[in-house]
Amino acid sequence: MAFKHKHLLGIQHLAASEIMTVLKTAESFLEISTREVKKVPILRGKTIINLFFEPSTRTRSSFELAAKRLSADIVNFNRQTSSAVKGESLKDTVLNLEAMNPDALIIRHSCAGTPYFISTFCRSNIINAGDGAHEHPTQALLDSFTILQEKKSIEGLKVVIVGDILHSRVARSNIFLLKKLGARVVLVGPPPLLPEEFKNFGVQIDYNFDRAVESADVIMMLRIQLERQQKNYFPSIREYRNLYSLTKKRFRRAKKNAIIMHPGPVNRGVELSTELADSAESVILKQVENGIAVRMAVLYLLLGGKESEATD
Amino acid sequence: MEEKIKARIMDSRKIKRAIHRMTTEIIERNRKLKNVVIVGIRTRGIYLGKRISKLIKDLEKVDIPVGVLDITLYRDDFSELEAQHMVRKTEINFSVSKKDILLVDDVLFTGRTIRAAMDSLIDLGRPKTIQLLVLIDRGHRELPIRADYVGKFLPTSKREVVQVKLKEYDNCDEVLITEPSGLK
Repeated sequence: MAFKHKHLLGIQHLAASEIMTVLKTAESFLEISTREVKKVPILRGKTIINLFFEPSTRTRSSFELAAKRLSADIVNFNRQTSSAVKGESLKDTVLNLEAMNPDALIIRHSCAGTPYFISTFCRSNIINAGDGAHEHPTQALLDSFTILQEKKSIEGLKVVIVGDILHSRVARSNIFLLKKLGARVVLVGPPPLLPEEFKNFGVQIDYNFDRAVESADVIMMLRIQLERQQKNYFPSIREYRNLYSLTKKRFRRAKKNAIIMHPGPVNRGVELSTELADSAESVILKQVENGIAVRMAVLYLLLGGKESEATD
Repeated sequence: MEEKIKARIMDSRKIKRAIHRMTTEIIERNRKLKNVVIVGIRTRGIYLGKRISKLIKDLEKVDIPVGVLDITLYRDDFSELEAQHMVRKTEINFSVSKKDILLVDDVLFTGRTIRAAMDSLIDLGRPKTIQLLVLIDRGHRELPIRADYVGKFLPTSKREVVQVKLKEYDNCDEVLITEPSGLK
């Protein structure tokens, strides 16, 4: 089944079969990164611009390497060293970059909906690399790819997502994706960071981590996003740690072959103990490795084939 | 689109004989048989490669590994393709450096697939030699490429389609010439 979208703005509007197409394609790309010559010529002559209005190490370099391994040319735009600090508007910045004839724009912005807004006036393919607390589709795709490597199937798995759900685009994209593939999703976090409304996504909510972790197959820990919090959502880091940190003791309640995931960056000792972060059950670095293959698949599927056929 | 079968060129016995003859030629030409590795081009090249490897094992008691090559990412007609091509795995679990590679495909036509396959192999390492084996050579080359081992030379017109079917994939062994009908 082909992937017929012009942009990747989020997981919400993808069909399960399209998600599987991306994951299957990614599997074929995995081997390229282990070669001596880590490069295939398929996107030769394509230009991609990494447009990051927010700091990032993993996602930006992952996209950059993915593009380079497909032989595309990629340029990095950095907010701090750009004309945006001179007061240029977002739309003007993007229109100027588009005048340089890129084929795709990879966008990260602190405002939800920015990639969508840009897609309304650009002819390039737009890829959302994280917009505010909305979506981070490639992260969710690489998370599912990693789960599939360990568990073979996502259907019926119990996936517990723990932490600052309210501010997490990773959580949202993962909820959409995991639900589409038939997982049972349980959200855990302090009540101010986990509003009841999340139940509308068809997930379970539990404020008691010890109870929620019971018989979990996958435990996904999130970082407390202090940069997105204007007010105090919990009394102290110490209290947060007592209630919502994944410790060895808590982890023992999960299924025997359960895995630990984290989109990074990890605050060691806050949401996840150092011991567990480095344990055999942790697939955190696998996620990073898989991220390149998944992003290669996304670039290939969006930039390949005939443009006229693509919809949306 | 309808297609009509114009001729049945080879059956299971003829295919078997051709593979047997080519295998003997491979053994004759490669004195260091142990240095030979087989790389089959998806999809039917893989099964031809496996048959040859097994035959070499029977005749000479030498194990020849068979790898799988997917050339989608090396195609030169990528932007012209109608629909997206599903990328599948390249599975070559051995080093190709300093090896004598026997590249295997079912039909040799324009030569563009082989060009892509050679680029791909060279990205994996530096082989000592690359030899090409095809079951059918149907002519109409667009690049300066020729095969070292050919099962059958088959002059065709460009409109015709040569279909190789193999038991492992198509449930029968045969080579057909077909022509799309209805379209002029």
